[in-house]
Amino acid sequence: MSTEDKTMTKETGAPQLTAKDLASDQDVRWCPGCGDYSILAQVQRSLPSLGYKKEDLAFVSGIGCSSRFPYYMNTYGFHGIHGRALAIASGLKAAHPNLSVWVATGDGDCLSIGGNHFIHAARKNFDLNVMMFDNQIYGLTKGQYSPTSLYGQKTKSTPLGSIDHPFNPLLVALGAEASFVARSMDRDMKHLASTVVRAAEHHGFSFIDILQNCNIFNDGAFFLYTEKETKPDNTVFIEHGKPLVFGKDNNKGIKLDGFRPKVVSLEDYSVNDLLVHDEKSKELAFILAHMTDMPGYPMPLGVFLDIERPVLEDDMKKQIDKAIEKSGRGDLNSLFREGNTWEITGN
Amino acid sequence: MHTTIETADGKGKKLVDLIELDEVTVRFAGDSGDGMQLTGSQFTSTTALMGNDLSTLPDYPAEIRAPAGTLYGVSGFQLHFSNKDIHTPGDKPDMLVAMNPAALKVNIKDVREGGAIIVNTDAFDAKNLKLAKYAVSPLEDGSLRGYKLFEVPITKMVTTALEGIGLSMKEITRSKNFFALGLCYWMYNRPMEPTLAWIKEKFGKNPMIAEGNERALRAGYNYGDTTEIFTSRFEVKPAKLPAGTYRNVTGNEATAIGILAACELAKLPGFLGSYPITPASEILHELSSHKNFNFRTFQAEDEIAGICSAIGAAFGGSLAFTNTSGPGMALKQEAIGLAIMIELPLVIVNVQRGGPSTGLPTKPEQSDLFQAILGRNGESPLPVIAASSPANCFWMAIEAARIALKHMTPVVLLTDGYLGNGSEPWLLPKAENLPDISIPFATDPETYKPYSRNEHLARPWAVPGTPGLEHRIGGLEKKHIDGTVNYEPGNHQFMTDMRAAKVKKVQDSIPEQDIFGSEDAEFALVGWGGTYGAIRAATERLLAAGKKVAHVHIKYLNPFPKNLEQVLRRYKKLLIPENNLGQLAFLLRANYMIDSETLAKVQGLPFVPSEIEVAALKSLESM
Repeated sequence: MSTEDKTMTKETGAPQLTAKDLASDQDVRWCPGCGDYSILAQVQRSLPSLGYKKEDLAFVSGIGCSSRFPYYMNTYGFHGIHGRALAIASGLKAAHPNLSVWVATGDGDCLSIGGNHFIHAARKNFDLNVMMFDNQIYGLTKGQYSPTSLYGQKTKSTPLGSIDHPFNPLLVALGAEASFVARSMDRDMKHLASTVVRAAEHHGFSFIDILQNCNIFNDGAFFLYTEKETKPDNTVFIEHGKPLVFGKDNNKGIKLDGFRPKVVSLEDYSVNDLLVHDEKSKELAFILAHMTDMPGYPMPLGVFLDIERPVLEDDMKKQIDKAIEKSGRGDLNSLFREGNTWEITGN
Repeated sequence: MHTTIETADGKGKKLVDLIELDEVTVRFAGDSGDGMQLTGSQFTSTTALMGNDLSTLPDYPAEIRAPAGTLYGVSGFQLHFSNKDIHTPGDKPDMLVAMNPAALKVNIKDVREGGAIIVNTDAFDAKNLKLAKYAVSPLEDGSLRGYKLFEVPITKMVTTALEGIGLSMKEITRSKNFFALGLCYWMYNRPMEPTLAWIKEKFGKNPMIAEGNERALRAGYNYGDTTEIFTSRFEVKPAKLPAGTYRNVTGNEATAIGILAACELAKLPGFLGSYPITPASEILHELSSHKNFNFRTFQAEDEIAGICSAIGAAFGGSLAFTNTSGPGMALKQEAIGLAIMIELPLVIVNVQRGGPSTGLPTKPEQSDLFQAILGRNGESPLPVIAASSPANCFWMAIEAARIALKHMTPVVLLTDGYLGNGSEPWLLPKAENLPDISIPFATDPETYKPYSRNEHLARPWAVPGTPGLEHRIGGLEKKHIDGTVNYEPGNHQFMTDMRAAKVKKVQDSIPEQDIFGSEDAEFALVGWGGTYGAIRAATERLLAAGKKVAHVHIKYLNPFPKNLEQVLRRYKKLLIPENNLGQLAFLLRANYMIDSETLAKVQGLPFVPSEIEVAALKSLESM
């Protein structure tokens, strides 16, 4: 059986799945109160609307709390080794392009031990959907600092505060030329669900930095952005074609001052003066992603970039089709006889 | 046999002796930029077409273009051809072509006494002599008195021959390897036509270069014809090999072709996840140019991604391979452990080189046997097999895939730089006579259990996309039969024992150990992998000298063939030549409490038969 002859994943007319169909029979074993529960729920809730069949979904992971994710999905799943989820997923997608392949990874798995695979998978633009559960801590190994932990953050391995400058995951993804870059958070279920759908719809490498609360080792790291009282003034949701408005009474906005974003009050400026998001602009994506690290600025969330460029497994298939068209389907006897041959007759 | 023949040169006639020989070993040596590998491979192709049996050994430096004239920049290519079945690239060259003083210095110690040496005298200037650390020119100090020295001003001759065709001086001197090749064709009575056709094809787009190379080749041939210094030509008649169609093949080519064949025989799309590494990269190159077999090659970002992508492809239903050499093998080990845990078919080809660490990147060694069998965390058994000659790589690649599929396991195929780059004639099989190695995918949701097992202890292969067989696998210990994560003490013991039993079970489907040599021998040479040729040649010589000797060559290293212990116990004494410090000897002792003597050679060079012959004689005497 060739694995390539199967029907496409997004089939019309198939009975639509429910969230329950996508839940496996395994007990979920994350700590009670962990943000991972929400991410699992949003994925199970949003995928059925895309019309996938269970058997055409594959979840691949590395090592860490996030990487238990595949066990809880009633789809094909592969729990890999530390940092290598993307390498495994790349091979799976290359060999079996019709699958919808998802990667569940964490800030340590993806950006530390798996950093090399991350930048190259992004650059190569496999059609993979990568959800990075970003809790700015190593959870499964019980509380060491991660590559996204803040400078000065006190953890088990940095009792005097971290002296490492953290990665901004969006900038790493953009620098590696990911074709879809987004950020969402565990505690905004609606936004997370819609971002998951956007990632699935993108043909190419999709990266979602999901701010996720580790209530055991780094509790409250994102409360400023997730809690009702502080969220409106400290987050800005970017949407394609819309001005960047935020604040409790939608009274603030982001304006571009040269290359620099500037927070302005809508008492002084009109909405028409504000920066309008364009997710097709790589330049703008960098500017907005940089805002994450700028004191006094709201945390930007949403789809930063969504552009089309050649997808590796498509090109791989095209080269194969072209080779077959040019020289015919490979034949072993002619392969053996390539180059100079000679005959020896009976002695 | 001597005959005197007339050779026509257009101007006059000259009488030369035509001497028939059974076998000849020639070595071409020069700067790494001198084109010696090309010269050697052309001489090889032509010799193959003449019907001789042959064996080659390229020996090149790790530097791509080492500074010209230096000792460490010398590149060599040795070819042994014969009118009988031969096994090695030869002991001591009968003829050395040295394009400069450094090439002479590095290689002269290997040339047999009384052998012929052709030197390019134009390269023996003060600068090159100094670079080769010669105080006095060896052409003048009498140090070459024991050899037949032919001093040929190759650069000057080529310059004259190529005058006026419009090539620069640099381009002209680059053709001097073709002059040397032409001269050797004359000496060994080989036709120029195959190389002329090759030049036309290779340089078709650059007619001036093609013309230059053709003229240089002809000039070399004609020089042999006309000049008085060459008074003999040699002839090696075709070998009496089994009837059939042959081609010349290197071990790396044969491995790649075997991989393609395995995919066809398994009726599966193929996948290679690979990261470039010497001396294994040719496998990636070869497979990349055969996409019309629906074969996917993926040059990954590193060795780990090379194997992990292959594991992903195996999960997706492809017949997956990864290829590497020693240091890359070390990097892949954690992922090999994963493949053992998830029990998917995967073939890891390790083209071994000198180690540890970066070691000797371009030189062969067989010191990764321990690494292949024992090199992972946990109890992590897997089948390990080894190819014994360049053409045998084809068969062992298929065999590795067969075992991987039948037993749902990663399999390590060990070759080495000597087999990978060396070449020999390959008796071409007929595709229709090759075995079917396909296995069925699981399709039935009613009966499917991820970690249930068949009679070979293999678990079922359920490919994503199959309705109703959704399941999860991974590196955590799994529960017997149902495949969920499980940490229970009894289950881990059971699964650990099961993985060991599964690999042991491979014994049921591999051939019994065979023996070559005397029936009543009390002494055996035991080997594995690339030492085959040298051990077999030494054994044949010892047998011819009336010694009672046997050769036991082990192709299946884990598990060993069922009857191996019984075979080895037939002998009072075992001598194991290995290109390591005794890894096979260690394993035999560990498995069977059988002692042996080790002949260790770790010089970045394969054994030559005489080394083994001498050691065996010594060993026999002390019995």
